[in-house]
Amino acid sequence: MLGINDPWIWGAYILCILSALLCVVYGIINWNKGAEHEEEEIMEEIEWHEKEKEMEEKELGIWDEEG
Amino acid sequence: MDALVLSIVVIFYLILIGYVGYIAWKRTKSSEDFMVAGRKTHPYIMALSYGATFISTAAIVGFGGVAGVYGMGLLWLTFLNIFVGIFIAFVLFGKRTRKIGHNLSALTFPEFLARRFNSKFIQYFSGLVIFFGMPLYAAAVLIGISRFIETTLNIDYNIALIGMAIIIAVYVVFGGLRGVMYTDAVQGTIMFFGMLFLLVATYVLLGGVENANQALTNMANLVPASAAATGSTGWTSMPALGSPFWWNLISTLVLGVGIGVLAQPQLAVRFMTVKSNRELNRAVLVGGIFILVMTGTAFVVGALSNVYFLQNSGQIAIQAAGGNIDKIIPLFISVAMPAWFAYLFMVTLMSAAMSTMSSQFHVQGTAIGRDVYETIFHKKGEEGSSIWIARGGIVLAVAFAVIIAFIAPPSVVAQATAIFFGLCAAAFLSMYICALFWKRATKTGAISGLLVGTFTSIFWLVFIHKKEAEALGIAKMLFGQDVLITSMPWPVVDPIVIALPLALIVTVVVSLLTQPPKKEHIKKAFKGV
Repeated sequence: MLGINDPWIWGAYILCILSALLCVVYGIINWNKGAEHEEEEIMEEIEWHEKEKEMEEKELGIWDEEG
Repeated sequence: MDALVLSIVVIFYLILIGYVGYIAWKRTKSSEDFMVAGRKTHPYIMALSYGATFISTAAIVGFGGVAGVYGMGLLWLTFLNIFVGIFIAFVLFGKRTRKIGHNLSALTFPEFLARRFNSKFIQYFSGLVIFFGMPLYAAAVLIGISRFIETTLNIDYNIALIGMAIIIAVYVVFGGLRGVMYTDAVQGTIMFFGMLFLLVATYVLLGGVENANQALTNMANLVPASAAATGSTGWTSMPALGSPFWWNLISTLVLGVGIGVLAQPQLAVRFMTVKSNRELNRAVLVGGIFILVMTGTAFVVGALSNVYFLQNSGQIAIQAAGGNIDKIIPLFISVAMPAWFAYLFMVTLMSAAMSTMSSQFHVQGTAIGRDVYETIFHKKGEEGSSIWIARGGIVLAVAFAVIIAFIAPPSVVAQATAIFFGLCAAAFLSMYICALFWKRATKTGAISGLLVGTFTSIFWLVFIHKKEAEALGIAKMLFGQDVLITSMPWPVVDPIVIALPLALIVTVVVSLLTQPPKKEHIKKAFKGV
């Protein structure tokens, strides 16, 4: 097959192509899936970032008070 | 090849990449930006960035050259690259890494593991393994591109080496990951078309798929006696089962790199840069095709170069390349392909080298800046100090890589890559799998697996696996013999075959013997998974 006699080699040759096809099919089927929580996550991240900032400012504030 | 034309092509290319990098740099403001590109990355950019980082000159020049010696059996690695490196990595590992990374707001791979297991030790120990292990891989990539410049332009190897290192260092230090990802995507596109042309041109040159493969099959009787004695049976048939040739092909090259890819810090960090699973789903499509064209082409062309060299010089590839595996692909391109393609291929290889090395150095920089410095000294990155430590770390990492590239022997590219991939798998993979899929895994279990995997792997390289043990000479110095176990197959069994299962068993057993992790922490980490 394909000029190769050893089935372990032409098998690998074919498997490479099939696995790439699997990726393509998977990608197409799930093209629009999985973005359900996107906004929620971005909001969460912004919130964390602000909390962290606040915490730091507080810490710095305490430092200032103590001189 | 004309040096002037090449210089113009390279300069034009560097201006393009420099421009993209500069735009990205201007947008990099905080240390969070620098680390994960603000988590808002387009799927095409994400997939090509992952692919371009995954595939380097080590894969094209190093493993392509290896295919010139080992033949198409190496296509098993392409299969694993696609099925494990893309499909499993994105669908099973990527989605959970992204979600858990988000829940724990982790920015680097060591930080991800550390926060998941609540252990600072994991973070700085992993950071150190990466910082000191990765130069080996970076050197392999650097050697790959330098050998191409040396072969096609007749420029001194050492000059090529230093020139490339300087270009890449400047490019990375002023980019950060956002720059890295955008330039990666441009480079990935160039690589894709360069390799696609190479595949088609090679098959056309040799009379079509069936004819070319058949001609290679017919060459089986030309396998050198030394290779036949260790198990080689030809370029389109598997080596004799259990022979040294077979063990090296299967355990080191195919498994080491094919499985090791799952625990590559510079790849895993990319899962944390996408905003939703949808991007990962889409990236699977782009990534699958990209890897097929990259490594599929490199390995098929590497093997088929034997047919070309036989027809034109009466020699097999490794003889034509003067015995240096790393020169097979560069030589094939410069003698068999049209001149204009050699220029394009130079740009393809520069893209492959720069995209991988930029991520390697970037990961090393963050390893030393965030994972080691910030973790040990409890400094926050906001005021910018860790960015500068990270940038200093990058310069140091480049220096390490250049030194290794200077002293490395010939035919080393694929081997060095495989060692690093294997080390990452041994050290991180068991802990990473448990972090994603096993809530009962404990901090002590994870640390035990990390230590056992790392040190078993290093021990095996220094004292058991013949190739490295012999080259290092430590076993010889201490015990008067090259390896501690001489009976077959142990001197040819790759460390990953021993270290990875051992690390996995230790992680599981120690976890079961220790107190389960706190419920709130697990709930937080796995929220929405």
